[in-house]
Order: sequence, then C-alpha cells, then structure tokens
Amino acid sequence: MEGTAVRRRLTWQAATVTSLTRETASVVTIELDPPDWPGHRAGQHLDVRLTAEDGYIAERSYSIASAPGEPLAITVERLENGEVSPYLTQELRAGDELELRGPIGGYFVWGPGDRSPLLLLAGGSGVVPLRSILQDRSRTGSDAPARLLYSARTLADVIYRDELDRYHDGAEVIYTLTRAQPPGWTGHSGRVDAALLAQVAWPAGASPLAFVCGPTNFVEAVAAGLVDLGYPPERVKTERFGATGGR
Amino acid sequence: MSGPISRGFRGLRRTPAGAEGRVPPGQYVTDDFPVLSAGPTPHTPLDQWTFSITQGGETEKSWTWGELQGLPAETVTRDIHCVTRWSKLDTEWRGVSVDTLLDQAGGDAPYVLAFCDGGYTTNLPIEDVTGGQAWVAFSYDGGPLESEHGGPARLLVPHLYFWKSAKWVRGLDLRDENEPGFWETYGYHMYGDPWKEQRYAGD
Repeated sequence: MEGTAVRRRLTWQAATVTSLTRETASVVTIELDPPDWPGHRAGQHLDVRLTAEDGYIAERSYSIASAPGEPLAITVERLENGEVSPYLTQELRAGDELELRGPIGGYFVWGPGDRSPLLLLAGGSGVVPLRSILQDRSRTGSDAPARLLYSARTLADVIYRDELDRYHDGAEVIYTLTRAQPPGWTGHSGRVDAALLAQVAWPAGASPLAFVCGPTNFVEAVAAGLVDLGYPPERVKTERFGATGGR
Repeated sequence: MSGPISRGFRGLRRTPAGAEGRVPPGQYVTDDFPVLSAGPTPHTPLDQWTFSITQGGETEKSWTWGELQGLPAETVTRDIHCVTRWSKLDTEWRGVSVDTLLDQAGGDAPYVLAFCDGGYTTNLPIEDVTGGQAWVAFSYDGGPLESEHGGPARLLVPHLYFWKSAKWVRGLDLRDENEPGFWETYGYHMYGDPWKEQRYAGD
C-alpha cells in the first residue's frame, strides 16, 4: 500500500467560526477559519477540542465536509446523549472560536489523480467525507465517473440535498430511504441490499474504487456485499460512525 | 497546554464513579463496543487459519487453530482505549499470552510487526508484547470473538491505543528496526501510549 507519511506535528489552533448552516433538523455545517490550515485531501478528518471554564476537556474527530480549496467546514450530527455534538449544533455561534487540529488520516482519501470509476456509499451522516470527495472531483474537473448511493431514513434526513441534486457532470446520486418515503417517491426504498448494490455498483472488471462510510451495520453489509461482487478488499475503503453517543 | 475556554461548554463528565484515574486524557467512557477498520471484514476459515512467528523471511513456529486452542490460555480483564476517543472499562478476554508463543518459537528482536488478514500491520517494541502485557485473544466477554471485532483472533495489547491490538492477527514478524505499520504510515503515533495522548506522529 502506498503511504503518505504525515510527520508534521499536529498542533491545536483556535479557528474562528465563520458560519453555521442547518442541513437537517439534527445536522449543522460549521464553516471555520483556522489561522494556519496546511490544506487537506478529500476524505480526511480533524479533531475538535472543547474546554470548559474549569479546564475540563472533551475531544472528538469529525470528517471534513469541504473539498480541498473550499473554506474549511465540518458537518456535525447531533447525537442524543452526546457530549460534543449538542454543543456544536446548538450552542456554537458564528464568531466563536473552536479549537481544532488536522488534517488527520491518509487512507480514506481520494485525489483527482485517481481516475478509477468512483463508487461512494453513504449511510446517514457518513455522507460527509463523501461530499468532500464528490466536490473535489467536480472542482478539479476529474473525468472519473462517480456514483453516490446514499441511504437515509427519510428525505428530510438527506444532508446536502440541494447540492447533491445539482451534480450533472458524470456524477450520479442515487437515494434509498429506509424509514419513510414521501408521496410519489420514485427512488429506492429500504436498506441497501445485495440487489440494489449489484444494480448501482460499477462492475468489478472496471477496476472501481469504493468508499463506504456510515454506521457499523451499514459498512459491514455494504463492504461485504462489494467483496461478493468481486471487488478486491483493498479497493473498498471504509470509515465508520459507531453509535457511541460520543461524536 | 490548555486552549481557550469554549463559551457555554460544560461537558457531561460521565466517568463512572470509581473509575477516576482509569480514563486517559481526551477519552470518554462508552458501554458500546464500536467498530473501526479500514476495509471489509476478512473471513478466514478456521481450518485454514494459522498463527506464525516469523523472522527474516523464515517461519520460526506456526500453530493451527487447534494447536493454539491447546496452549495454556488466560482470562484477563482490562480497560481498552481507542484513539478515536472511546474507552471501555473492564473488558474480559481470553487468549494465549504472547510470552507463551515467543517462548515456543524462540528468536529474539527488539521489535515486532503484527500482520493480519486483510493486509493490516502494526509495529510494537518487543518489551510491550512480553512480560504478561499482550495476548492473542480469541474470546471476548465469555463468547467467541466476533469477526467485526477481529475474530477469530486479535492481538490484545491493552496498555497501548487499541489500533495496536491488531484485528484478524495471523502472526508476529520479529524485526531489528521499528518500521511503521498501517496506521503508523498514515500519520498515527509509532508507540501510542494513551496516558501520554500519543495519537499522531509528533504527539
């Protein structure tokens, strides 16, 4: 495997929150202006640190939502009983400072040099790093064909919907709604199963590259399904959002 | 070094009573057992599974699944700490001490590189996998170790961040040099002491 060694020390810096955008009832995109951001690659994440008045600290990792070259942003889903996500989605205001360090992670990344057919599979807020990849692909004029299969509970839970519906440059976005479908829904319904995966996935013979991100059960099922379709395991990159109540 | 106060942040501080001092800095306690891995979960049939100690391209000793099960096993209860910030207290494992395996294999080197199904590797100093600090674990919480948690067997090195406890482990390669494994190549710390918050290179 090709590694990109990151030997630079990752130091904490106080970024200014420049805007907050509500994506769904429980999801907010936070745009940040860090004093010294070295740039990142699509798919990477960053660490956030909150400090209470008495010095108590909580840290979490969040996928970067922005593509390289865009203003830095993370998209955060508020988790019930969470510690950091309720603060970020409900308390944080534009103009506040937010401590962060990054970028982190060098495996679950995509770059415009990769021209393989791109298969992106998102479960819920797992779409966040995949949005960065799709946007990077679009901004760099990549001619890699791309498909995003996005599994969400309801249409109202779809993050970035307006933007995703606007891709017309060789990127296809396919939704499946697992819990409820609006009247007249013509997209897919139910969880991603072998049949839907077989229908959406590029043939293994086309040497596709797959990125799978979502909750553990989604990632396990989808990654195993891709291997069943003949995808070599090293061409299936996974990232998981465990239901730990902590994000 | 502490940073600026986060306006209005108080935190949940849910370290369980009695667990003070057991949760490293920057970690929170969870009752779940989150899953993190970089690719699909491999499934090697047990009749094809072996565990090997290798050095310099030679296999010093190899055990089949049945042979490993025949070795003296220990049940240990330990706290585990994932670099993604969850810690889980009092997890119960059963497995064979790495001391036992190294004693039978012979060979000596200052470092090991654990290797696994799926191509995952991680590097450790030999002194961190000997002296009753590391196991090849095949049981969790009284039952077989599930594949998504690294079964049929994973390395267990609970005093380091949990990525060092390699899932789907198939052997240890004895090394003269401390060469980075999978996550270490991608910027994670070469050693990974949770009490020193050694998450990333340079920490």
